Parts: sequence; structure tokens; C-alpha cells
Amino acid sequence: MKNSGYFRELYVGGKSLIIGLGVTLKAFVQPIVTVQYPREKLEITPNYRGHIELVRDPETGECPCIVCGMCARACPSDCITVAGEKKEGEKKKTLTKFQLDFTKCSLCGTCVETCPKGAINYSQDYNIAGFTREEFHYDLIKRLEEKG
Amino acid sequence: MPELTKISQPHRFFLNMGPQHPSTHGVLRVLLEMDGEYIIEPQPVLGYGHRMQEKLAECRTCTAFMPNTARMDYAAALPYNHGYAALIERMAGIEVPPRAEYIRVITSELNRIASHLLWFGALLLDLGAFTPILYSFDDREQILDILEDITGSRLTYCYFRVGGVSKDIDDKFVERTRAFIKRLRQRFDIFEKLVTGNVIFINRVKGVGIIDADMCRRYGATGPVARGSGIPYDVRKNQPYSVYSEFDFDIPVGENGDSLDRYMVRMREMEQSLRIIEQALDKLPEGPYRGKIPKKIKLPAGDCCFSVEAARGELTYYLVGDGSDVPYRLKIRVPSYSNLSVLPELCRGMLLSDLVAAMGSLDLVIPEIDR
Repeated sequence: MKNSGYFRELYVGGKSLIIGLGVTLKAFVQPIVTVQYPREKLEITPNYRGHIELVRDPETGECPCIVCGMCARACPSDCITVAGEKKEGEKKKTLTKFQLDFTKCSLCGTCVETCPKGAINYSQDYNIAGFTREEFHYDLIKRLEEKG
Repeated sequence: MPELTKISQPHRFFLNMGPQHPSTHGVLRVLLEMDGEYIIEPQPVLGYGHRMQEKLAECRTCTAFMPNTARMDYAAALPYNHGYAALIERMAGIEVPPRAEYIRVITSELNRIASHLLWFGALLLDLGAFTPILYSFDDREQILDILEDITGSRLTYCYFRVGGVSKDIDDKFVERTRAFIKRLRQRFDIFEKLVTGNVIFINRVKGVGIIDADMCRRYGATGPVARGSGIPYDVRKNQPYSVYSEFDFDIPVGENGDSLDRYMVRMREMEQSLRIIEQALDKLPEGPYRGKIPKKIKLPAGDCCFSVEAARGELTYYLVGDGSDVPYRLKIRVPSYSNLSVLPELCRGMLLSDLVAAMGSLDLVIPEIDR
């Protein structure tokens, strides 16, 4: 009696293994779902929320920032520093410093939402690496100028 | 904690499982007093990932704590977002538009499935089967892509806001989610063939790590652990929050409370989550996705509590306010902590290889325990 149970188990077990192997065999002939990352890259969705960056007003070509400091106050981790000065003959303040400490940023997006002028937006950078802390202290004005 | 010098019997020894062990998923250390292959006394050692999240909540405005909630349970961050947003809304008396509630339910359930798929792969990886995680990650990837498109991030979401959500869902999202539901239903068949019917897997988990209903109550275990032991307790059903009362879904329960039952409960729970998403997509109302909230949310003096069903069990936020916009105290009751506390009693006298099966079926997320 003991033996018959043994053979039954062997049969059921062997069958389940073959069914499982059938699944992997089927997947073997199906198209590949992965990509070879550094050589091939998947497209990032335009809604991806990377670190923030300053944007230009499409009409004037200038950054619409009015140095109100709402973003810096709304930030949960105090990673934004904004400074501006009032130039002679101008009504508004001009932005002189917009520093982002990306080491502290938690990508919550509160700054983008609170900006009354829509002067900041998310970037599409996702593969960021560096050797020092300072490499993640972004000068966003400089970045905006480099972008052209 | 037992000291290494106090061993009297020469054949007994201490074994450190973790903090960097493949099957402790994160930085859990379990100090095991062993007698050969048998465990005499397992003792979890916590605190490696402690970031004082509760204290952090006391040092910032209540809305600014939102990104931190996602950092506790990284595998299912949206229920954590949900609980905190709903807590502040209940405390400050903020109305949420119905569309926002539906979006919250849909995304939370998607996240729950993603979390269960991750657990499914990781459990089998612990047990020595490498292949299933590749299949489950294929599906999980689809969810992450769908969620990335609306939330903007892939893992530690900060999507919910007090009074709604940060971005509306579009037709593309609805379409992709429907396609995913169809796809995952077919994939369950593959999981069934590959894993659930596999005799090696069954023998590894059946009858291993039996938690009875009484033990669950004593330790306060919730979620799939309690449901696996036959307790039909689910916050979504027992004290419905958001719009969960409008949906028709079942709570799968196990019978014996062993690892296999907990496995089956989670697998069936994914099907139920798909049902909820399907119904929510059908009923999705039009309207604003974000309600009007005051510029500065003042928390009234007093306390408030909100529970949600996270992927691992009942998550409770308890907040004490003092009239300002900064919480006086925030207590977070996480499900994994209670589920882990079962471990010493559960695994005493067990084989070391069974401990992996028993612990894997608890689905522990360590940053949530340490927080």
C-alpha cells in the first residue's frame, strides 16, 4: 500500500513539473519583453516627474519667475533657495539665484503646484549619477541658459 | 537578547539571518538560536532602517508629510498616501470630490496588485524557484508603467493630495488599465500552472507556519495573514472608507492558516482587486479631481484616527492636533510590525528552511516596521 502512494505521488509530481515546464517553454518562443538597457532605451512618459527645472514663457522667451518664494516655502525638505533683486527702472524683481539641492528632494511636486506663474516644471532626467554631494546642487538658472 | 558566551550545550549555536540576507527583504535581522537544523529561539532584531518618520511628522506642516508616507511601505505606497490624505481630510473637515475618490480606489488597488506580484515573485525566490519572479515582474512592470504615466513616479508615489489627487486620469489610463485587467486574468492561469499546481511548492508551504485565529488576535495580525487563518477581517469591508462600500467584492479567507493558505488568499485577493478596478472604471464619475482646500490647513485641537487596508494589513494613522497646522503627534500603526511579532512563537522548533517559507508568507516590508 505504501508503495502505491509513492508511485502516485511520483506521477502527480512529475505531471505538475511537466505542466510547469510547458509554461516556460511557451515563454521561450514568445517575443522578448526586456530591453538591453544602456544600449536600448525605453521611452520615458512625458508625465515623468524628475527634478524640477525653470521654464521659459513661450511668448516672451523669458522665465516668468517673480521671486515670490512660494516654492521654497512649500517644499517639505527645504531644498529650494530663491533670491532676486529689484533692478532700477523695472517693476518686477529679477531672479538672481535658484538653487535646488536634489539630495534632499523627495519629488513630491508641491513646488510645481504652488508656483503662481508656472515657472517651474519637471525635467525628464532619470539616469542621474554623481560622485560628490555638490554635483546634485543644481543651479537652475544656469541650466536654463545652457538649454538655450 | 541571548549572549553568545552563554551557550552551555556545545551543539547549540547562534545564527544571524540578516541584516543583509536575500530572504529578509530589507534590513531585518533575525537572531536564531539553533540546534543543528532546528530553530530553538528566533528573535527579530529591528531598527536598522529607522528614520523617525513619526517625529518628522511633528516638525512640518501636515501637508508636507505626504511624501514621507510613501517611504514607509515602498512596495504599496498608494494606500499609505490614501490613509494620510484621508486622515487630514477627516480632521480638517475637507470634502473630496467623488471622481478623486474613484481615482484613489483604482490606483490603490493597482498598487495592491503590484505589491502582491512582488511578494509572489519574492516568496518563490526565497524558496529557490527563480523563474516565477520573471513572470510576475513582467506584469508588475505593466502596472508601474500605467501608474508612472499619471503619478509621475514608479515606486514611492506622492500622488494623493489633501482634497483629491495631483493629476487627473485620462482615457489612455482607462484604456491601458482595462487592457491590463484582461491580460492579468490570463496570466493567473500561468501562475496556477507554474506555481500553485507545482508539487514541490505545495510540499514546501503546506502545513508550514500554522497561525490559528486565536494567535492572530493575540498578536494583532491583520491583512492576508489574518485572512489566511480564517478571520474575514478587511478594513475595506468592515469599516468601508472612501467609496469601497459601492463595490461588490469578496474577502478570500483560508482555513488552516498555513503558508499555503496565506499564499492562496493573496492570489485570490488580486482577482478581487481586479473586480474592484473594473467596477470603479465603469462607474467613474465626471467632475473635478481636486476639491477646494484652504491655503493653510488648520488642524483642530483634538485627535483623529483613520484606518485603511494596505497591501499587508490594517494601517492606522492616529493624529493629535493642537490647533496649528503642524501635528502635535502622529502615530502610525503598521501591519507588518504586528505580523512580524508572530514570528518567535510561529517558528520555534521549525527547520531553518521552513522559516524562510513561513517568513516569506508573512510578506514583511522592513522599512515599514522600522519607519
